[in-house]
Amino acid sequence: MVMRIADPFSALRALQRAVDERRLSDWLGSATSGYGASPPVNVFRKGDDLILVAEIPGVDKKDLDVRVKGNEVRLTGKKSIDYADDVSIHRRERVAGDFDRTLTLRMEIDPDGVEAEYRNGVLKVFLPRAEKAKPRTVEIN
Amino acid sequence: MAEREMEVQEKQELETSEERTEAARYFRPYTDIHESTDTITVTMDMPGVDKKDVDVKLEKDVLTITGHVDLTGYEGLEPVYTEYNVGNYVRSFTISNEVDRDAISAKIDNGVLTVSLPKVKEAAARRITVN
Repeated sequence: MVMRIADPFSALRALQRAVDERRLSDWLGSATSGYGASPPVNVFRKGDDLILVAEIPGVDKKDLDVRVKGNEVRLTGKKSIDYADDVSIHRRERVAGDFDRTLTLRMEIDPDGVEAEYRNGVLKVFLPRAEKAKPRTVEIN
Repeated sequence: MAEREMEVQEKQELETSEERTEAARYFRPYTDIHESTDTITVTMDMPGVDKKDVDVKLEKDVLTITGHVDLTGYEGLEPVYTEYNVGNYVRSFTISNEVDRDAISAKIDNGVLTVSLPKVKEAAARRITVN
């Protein structure tokens, strides 16, 4: 299901439904390493290319590192929570620490075309398909 | 302070007795609350929420924080692999009398909302003039 966000009132619902349909699909198979110790990741397709979105609130941009090689994307970083020593903590639900996660995609990525953006605690990595991995139409004689 | 290992936290869907008229789902943001001698601080993870889309409201004794996610950039995307769902955040807290209601302030930075609830200065609060 390709999302069409035209009506702002139904946009969120359409997105939630589309995401749910793909919830923990086996598209990556067991190709995501480090599951259970890192921020959650969603992968979207846009035409030939992929967009990886990860929710990593409270991380400084300089503490985030994205590396792409072949068909692998590696996300590393550190989320720190600093409270003064003299405070008493009533509730602690947020998690912090180092994370390191590698996703193996089903296609080659063009490493020079990769763009990443971190805004409002959400990391978006644009992963263009490598030219040689693009499907070609075969002429039938 | 000891840091815990970062784990994938399943987002918690909001469960509330109030009915919502919007069909979209809301999530409960992960929250830390800590208290110093003069302030109570509430820290919430709200990834994807821009400064202009946060609403902090105090009604009677209930502080309600709502964050709407920015959906720009999702148009034309087809999800192929997903581990979390995207949604607005809402969470309410009951505030005690020790909080100075007029001095509440909030800021959001990298998807983390910090709400400061300064405590009422005791001297001012307890002074009763007897005629």
